Amino acid sequence: MATPTLEKNGTAEAGFADTPYITATFRIRRFNPEVSDEAQWQDFQISIDPKERVLDALHKIKWELDGTLTFRRSCAHGICGSDAMRINGKNRLACKTLIKDINPEKPILIEAIKGLTVLKDLVVDMDPFFQAYRDVMPFLITKGNEPTRERLQSPEDRERFDDTTKCILCAACTSSCPVFWNDGQYFGPAAIVNAHRFIFDSRDEGGEQRLEILNDRDGVWRCRTTFNCTDACPRGIEVTKAIQEVKRALITRRF
Amino acid sequence: MQIHKYDTVIVGAGGAGMRAAIESTKRSRTAVLTKLYPTRSHTGAAQGGMAAALANVEEDNWEWHTFDTIKGGDYLVDQDAAEILAKEAIDAVLDLEKMGLPFGRTPEGKIDQRRFGGHSRNHGEAPVRRACYSGDRTGHMILQTLYQNCVKEGVEFFNEFYVLDQLVVEEDGVKKSAGVVAYELATGEIHVFQAKSVIYASGGTGKFFKVTSNAHTLTGDGQAACYRRGLPLEDMEFFQFHPTGIWRMGILLTEGARGEGGILRNKDGERFMEKYAPVMKDLASRDVVSRSIYTEIREGRGCGPEGDHVYLDLTHLPPEQLDAKLPDITEFARTYLGIEPYTDPIPIQPTAHYAMGGIPTNVEGEVLADNTTVVPGLYAAGEVACVSVHGANRLGTNSLLDINVFGRRSGIAAAEYSAKNDFVALPENPAQLVQDQVERLRNSTGTERVAALRLELQETMDANVMVFRTEQTIKTAVDKIAELRRRYLDVSIQDKGKRFNTDLLEAIELGNLLDLAEVMATSALARKESRGGHYREDYPNRDDVNFMRHTMAYREVADDGTESIRLDYKPVVTTRYQPMERKY
Ligand SMILES: Cc1cc2nc3c(=O)[nH]c(=O)nc-3n(C[C@H](O)[C@H](O)[C@H](O)COP(=O)(O)OP(=O)(O)OC[C@H]3O[C@@H](n4cnc5c(N)ncnc54)[C@H](O)[C@@H]3O)c2cc1C
Ligand code: SF4
Ligand code: FES
Repeated sequence: MATPTLEKNGTAEAGFADTPYITATFRIRRFNPEVSDEAQWQDFQISIDPKERVLDALHKIKWELDGTLTFRRSCAHGICGSDAMRINGKNRLACKTLIKDINPEKPILIEAIKGLTVLKDLVVDMDPFFQAYRDVMPFLITKGNEPTRERLQSPEDRERFDDTTKCILCAACTSSCPVFWNDGQYFGPAAIVNAHRFIFDSRDEGGEQRLEILNDRDGVWRCRTTFNCTDACPRGIEVTKAIQEVKRALITRRF
Repeated sequence: MQIHKYDTVIVGAGGAGMRAAIESTKRSRTAVLTKLYPTRSHTGAAQGGMAAALANVEEDNWEWHTFDTIKGGDYLVDQDAAEILAKEAIDAVLDLEKMGLPFGRTPEGKIDQRRFGGHSRNHGEAPVRRACYSGDRTGHMILQTLYQNCVKEGVEFFNEFYVLDQLVVEEDGVKKSAGVVAYELATGEIHVFQAKSVIYASGGTGKFFKVTSNAHTLTGDGQAACYRRGLPLEDMEFFQFHPTGIWRMGILLTEGARGEGGILRNKDGERFMEKYAPVMKDLASRDVVSRSIYTEIREGRGCGPEGDHVYLDLTHLPPEQLDAKLPDITEFARTYLGIEPYTDPIPIQPTAHYAMGGIPTNVEGEVLADNTTVVPGLYAAGEVACVSVHGANRLGTNSLLDINVFGRRSGIAAAEYSAKNDFVALPENPAQLVQDQVERLRNSTGTERVAALRLELQETMDANVMVFRTEQTIKTAVDKIAELRRRYLDVSIQDKGKRFNTDLLEAIELGNLLDLAEVMATSALARKESRGGHYREDYPNRDDVNFMRHTMAYREVADDGTESIRLDYKPVVTTRYQPMERKY
């Protein structure tokens, strides 16, 4: 058994020795219609430990330099889905991205996610996103009498849809999707991921209804498999694969 | 200003709020006001599990669960409430399964169960597998499942509405709830919600500590709103410090990690919990483990150059087990520390985690105006409330249970109350207090900054009222908080706008934290004993003669406007378990 010893402490913590602060520039896309109809880039220079999160940097800017900088956040460790944003052109959670991993030598670009209306700075209108989610009937649908105890489900059946249960509805996938940017009708990957979560749950009996909805509005067919969504997902969900599985289920009506 | 009328208003859309909403929407016209989108609530961060004596994997029963809860709470638990919690746990878990919650399964397809701290078979004989779980994402699954069912039931949400005031009116000498006042983040508009009944489900208040597992948004708004209107807060000195937070960051690593076999070690590699809790070892209750960790650190056996943490060792567990049972927390170690838990131990320290105290309620969720009188139409459930099922120390997995059992109960009770009663007339200028508060902050030209004051508050709380407390440290905190409250009057904000003004809301949240920190420290100073999460080095023993009672703290305002805190006490409800010494 690997018992940690003093020596081992050295290796485990080598990465922790207090690193010197660096000076980094955050170039943030600002927008506040109360002030101006135009969005503009603004640079902030701060001194920060590169092992901190981008969210820590945004807080530092807000708390010490400019209180008007506006963004959503809550949990600060990648669980609540509040702070998806474009960081150097890629959709990321600010609280799950460490500064050292995004090349702080150059200005770090921060802007709101795309495809949803920007309301102020990094805050976008989430209502259309949640509406698409609600449209796929994201709840267990069953028929007949309820059992007195729990419904049985084998560990294998439980595993079948595990990946898509991890979704935190952060919209990083949907707002990275070129089809979603250009097509108001498309449900977007997140809604399909949440449909998948139920379609492949052995306890659910609403698959037909849900597939009908996804079929009707061309819900899944518009996906062009660009894999942006899979790259963007902070929960490591294989989003494109889930969409493919839903497409296949539509064709074969077997799930 | 807009005025809305609903039968039932629920403040908060975490586990407790949404469980209540599912019941109350079926029975009354309900609005849920929440400062976060429901799925952003901190229930989603809960990892390890939800307790219920299902006996799916080994012998168990609710009576053992009741006993463990009472003992875990160091006998400050109201035993009638604990019985309800343990009894209704079984249906609470089965209800969630029927709503679709994807629990982990046994080979036979039943809900699987794992060990957790303080849960034992037959009154402390050995650890028992009582926690129902879904990997280390149990809270996420509960939050998602409840939201899904709110969508199904058509629950009406007002997202990003901050409730900032509780309207209390006196009719015939009785305090009654008339509704709430909320601030809409998107527009800066103030809304009055008149309601026959109001349920607070606004969560905890951990952000007055620096190292904490709590979200930035857990600022005790609900507790502060009620307290400011003369309602008491119960047992606020009892706060839980979870043994295993990521060193310096406070991000939680679930007790389930020790339930799966993880071991705490000091710098010599010694499994030190064997010394402090020979039977339950690493799975002793949280207050015991947190104190043991700090004892190791103080006695020079802490790890790292500054000797300020210990290790959570998972390296002896098979990687497949870590992947299957603890995927998220191992990922946290990789993301935030750059550590591979398969091969390296994880540096940890206790982290401020859970408020045992809060708004006092009875078992129907009705809020108390004093030791016995209820406030008609006012309810509270979840971490904001104090029923009290957790007493001086909450057992792991009992909070996810609490939010479901008492969320459901208060949802039903509030809706039934709404059906039988009429609206209480709104006071004159119902939005006055909030309007004044907002205007004062917007127009202030003071020189104090919110972030600086908050940091000073957090630092004094960490240093003086955490795991170990003495008269002297608590007094230091009381004085510091008083100073910060004075300086708070001179706080100004930079964002003067109406749209998404989070600068303003952070200032208001800080005001709440300051009020609650003062109550906590004042209550702690008066409790000259050690019990559960409240440990006084100058009074290291439990004192059942003088302190087997709940603290009730009231805000008093003198005629000249000076504020003070009045402490009173409430008896503990004891049914069948007489206090014994707590050993693990
Ligand atoms: C990291 C972590 C892990 C945990 N693990 C476990 C576990 O394994 N098992 C267990 O039993 N317990 C666990 N707990 C404890 C448990 O998760 C919480 O106590 C519980 O989820 C609290 O639920 P709640 O519904 O009371 O509050 P929350 O889920 O915090 O919800 C609060 C709600 O109130 C709203 N709100 C707050 N203020 C306002 C306002 N002013 N106006 C309007 N709305 C407002 C918020 O928007 C939110 O919707 C854990 C806690 C943490 C922090
Ligand atoms: S699938 Fe991933 S990226 Fe998309 S909303 Fe869910 S968690 Fe976010
Ligand atoms: S703040 Fe919660 S996911 Fe980033």
